[in-house]
Amino acid sequence: MLRLEHIKKTFNPGTVNEKCAIQELSLHLKPGDFATIIGSNGAGKSTMLHAIAGGFYVDEGAIYLDGENITFMEEYKRSRVIGRLFQDPLKGTAPHMTIEENLALAFLRASKGSIPFSRISKKDKEVFREQLALLEMGLEDRMKQPVGLLSGGQRQALTLLMATMVPPKLLLLDEHTAALDPGTAAKVLELTEKIIEKNQTTCLMVTHNMHQALELGNRTLMMDGGRIILDVEGEEREKMTVSDLLAKFQSFAGKELDNDRILLS
Amino acid sequence: MLYVIQTALELGFMYALVAMALFLSYRVLDIADLTTDGGFVLGAAVSVTIAAMGHPVLAVFAALFAGAAAGFVTAFLQTRLGVPPILAGIVTNTGLYTVNLMVMGWSSNVSLLKQETLFTMLRATGIGGSWYKLMLAAGITILMGCLLVWFLGTRLGLSIRATGDNTEMVRASSINPVFTISVGLSVANAMTALSGAIVGQYQKSADINSGTGIVVIGLACLIIGETVFGRRSVGRNVVAAMAGSIVYRFLYAIILKTSIVPIECLKLVTAIVVALAIASPSLRDWAALEKRKIHSDKRGGR
Repeated sequence: MLRLEHIKKTFNPGTVNEKCAIQELSLHLKPGDFATIIGSNGAGKSTMLHAIAGGFYVDEGAIYLDGENITFMEEYKRSRVIGRLFQDPLKGTAPHMTIEENLALAFLRASKGSIPFSRISKKDKEVFREQLALLEMGLEDRMKQPVGLLSGGQRQALTLLMATMVPPKLLLLDEHTAALDPGTAAKVLELTEKIIEKNQTTCLMVTHNMHQALELGNRTLMMDGGRIILDVEGEEREKMTVSDLLAKFQSFAGKELDNDRILLS
Repeated sequence: MLYVIQTALELGFMYALVAMALFLSYRVLDIADLTTDGGFVLGAAVSVTIAAMGHPVLAVFAALFAGAAAGFVTAFLQTRLGVPPILAGIVTNTGLYTVNLMVMGWSSNVSLLKQETLFTMLRATGIGGSWYKLMLAAGITILMGCLLVWFLGTRLGLSIRATGDNTEMVRASSINPVFTISVGLSVANAMTALSGAIVGQYQKSADINSGTGIVVIGLACLIIGETVFGRRSVGRNVVAAMAGSIVYRFLYAIILKTSIVPIECLKLVTAIVVALAIASPSLRDWAALEKRKIHSDKRGGR
């Protein structure tokens, strides 16, 4: 489904701030793969997601999605088939537009062939209402309210819905529950799992929770210094514990896992 | 007296198009579009010049098109060439000065003498009696207002609103900001030019300097309207822009009649009003902070 071939990215080349964020990174995700990513600070986790989403073009290498070479495809074009959630819940929705309008934007853009002057129909509103009800946050009765009035958790849940209402080929989650309080985070995570399960979406999820990294999905990737240093799945992964994971990191990276926000339990 | 009210209403409706255009560029897209001054004159110049050739209706459509083109140039400068938005507007505006002179046959003003205008055409039908000018001005503006509200509810309109509301979101959604900004600024400047076109035919003349300060006056109208009507929905905002423009023209008429403020000072007064209105959130914050400082002294910092 997703293939990264020897991608490389250096920021600020030729200056004192030169930073080789990704080096010689290759990855192949099969359709329906749900991979979690962990790694130390500055390992290149977010940068990799950003490269896949098209926030910048890679210096070397190629990116294929569903057989199509998207290495130089513009970011907004990739967004038609790639859903994204950021850590900051404010990034995914337009605060001064209503819940309904935000959903309409997500719905209309992803459904192909709709003309630019199409509007929200009664039928669309019914669909939005049903979908919102699935979040179990009572948002279906607040469709005319501006999104700015919602809490961070509600906004993140809404963003999740917007990103997946028309199922994307690939879903990129960049610590999307990290900024939420524990209760809301659990709720959003549960929703995420449910939606991915239902649509069999191929997904990459960055997390700083070691436990989650092993529990969720079917594959765990570990990154350091702009490379993937560990890639486990299947039986090997099932047997793994958090301490195994830490030990692995130490042996591959030659240092302790250093992430100031890492959660070991 | 009735004549004064009538004129204020007529001008209010005609200039309301500028306030609506600024609502689209300044409020919706969050871009201070300084193409406005030149765009207004462009509309007037195109409209009066073509009307002088005997095509008053075609003149209005040509003005709309010319305005949209000017808006597109500004958008192109800022989206494709990386010119900062404010500077892009100033650059286009400066260029438009020459373009406007050229449109008017290298003269600083053109006038209509006996040629037909939209207004004389309507008068000839006898519809509206002595209120025909107001009917035409209000009709066009209300029609454009309805179209604008409708447009902002479409998929393209929603994308334009999202572009101004959350740039982070837009980058992650499949909205192409280059496209939405281009469309938004083109539509806004088409409306500004339409205002110029109607005013030009109304006054039967176009003058190279008639656009000076239009952007600030438009903002004043927008802010007056928003203060009265609030900023809750798109529909309300558009009505607010219209109402603000009418209120402004009434104030203008009162000042003109009573000379409370010398008329030469009006632009300065308008500028001060706009500056204060836009500054009001920071002024309010500052006042609140000062108040807290005083209180904290009194209560021993608790």
